[in-house]
Amino acid sequence: MKAPSFAYAKPQSPAEAFELARRPGAKVLAGGQSLIPALNMRLSQPELLVDISGLPFREISLEQGVLRIGALVTHSEIEKSEEIARHAPLLAEAVRHVAHPAIRNRGTLGGSIALADPAAEYPACMVALDASIAVAGAGGERLVKAHQFFKGLFEVDLAPGELVVAVEVPAQLKDQRSVFLELARRHGDYAIIGLAAYKGKSTRFVFCGAGPTPVLAKQASAAPDVDTAISLLDKDLEPPADLYSSSATKLHLAKVLLKRAWTTLSTSP
Amino acid sequence: MDHALDITLTVNGTPVSRSVAPRQHLVDFLREELGLTGTHVGCEHGVCGACTLRVDGDIVRGCLMLAVQANGCRVETIEGLSDSKELAPLQKAFHERNALQCGFCTPGMLMAAQDLVGQKRMVTRDEIRVHISGNYCRCTGYQAIVDAIEAVIQTELSEETHGKS
Repeated sequence: MKAPSFAYAKPQSPAEAFELARRPGAKVLAGGQSLIPALNMRLSQPELLVDISGLPFREISLEQGVLRIGALVTHSEIEKSEEIARHAPLLAEAVRHVAHPAIRNRGTLGGSIALADPAAEYPACMVALDASIAVAGAGGERLVKAHQFFKGLFEVDLAPGELVVAVEVPAQLKDQRSVFLELARRHGDYAIIGLAAYKGKSTRFVFCGAGPTPVLAKQASAAPDVDTAISLLDKDLEPPADLYSSSATKLHLAKVLLKRAWTTLSTSP
Repeated sequence: MDHALDITLTVNGTPVSRSVAPRQHLVDFLREELGLTGTHVGCEHGVCGACTLRVDGDIVRGCLMLAVQANGCRVETIEGLSDSKELAPLQKAFHERNALQCGFCTPGMLMAAQDLVGQKRMVTRDEIRVHISGNYCRCTGYQAIVDAIEAVIQTELSEETHGKS
């Protein structure tokens, strides 16, 4: 279908964007790879699209052990970035599961974070890495811990007039491990279930496609061995069924991923 | 609210200026305003890949980009790549191997395939399948398409190592 009618504005400065984005009926357009399908299917009918693609949220920088990635960095840029491969390898692995090349060329990191699709890869990675989301508005910038940012189904800690401008990820150290695994019907399709796993001082198993937000499997993450972790996953997860997979199937597949991830995290790189 | 906006872009090397409604997709702009109907419209929500175009050198979905977003961009379509002969090896290989039947997916498939050919590196059949995973073909079963792409990549790389190009 064709998108409904709307007005379009392309702000040239963050201040202008914050002002436009707080108008009633305004929606923020970044890469548009989720928003435009929603418009085409008339699931969303905004009065104004605020195209933020001209704003300077594109930098990738490392400072004092923190990798800051601008919200407008595309999936393709994440795929190609040597800094991300070195300091946030979990994201470099996850991006291969994000849709297809033509979509990865336009879709952005910030768009995925701000939309918070429950099947999306990056939100789970952010929680697994204990990353922070940089949110800015007319009042300045604030950092929100990822596990607090994702509040519910497509619901995030963003007020009208605020934008996700970057994420801040602790750079992965030599003795830390991470792995991203996902099962989908075809390559690039929405995840049936996915797992972002991290092992440093503590271990975090965070699933996507397993609930309204990324789901941290608390008990499995604290388990001493893989068999205990797998049995505890029953208590951590109650994935909602989708068109193709029942809740029980998804739970089974989550255990399959957990077992694979455990093996990877336990072996040296 | 739906005020027309002026845009200027280059399409297959030719500068184009038009006034467009913000809601108009880039693919519809090309087909309806410029008469470039080689780029097809399939699912209109980014799943099938029939509308694959090149914008500033990268392939994109023509149904997931608004014409206003292409303001200032360099857009290339199947017509442009075909006329410039950039696609000639792939077109020949598709023809020889029956890598199309109804042909509806073919323009998008060629755009996606050329994106991989242009990377000038040896790839496995699995990598070819991953690269065209966002382009649906309901006729061929993909086998012949993968054969054609693989043949072109192998030929181009062997010509390069023999110093012909």
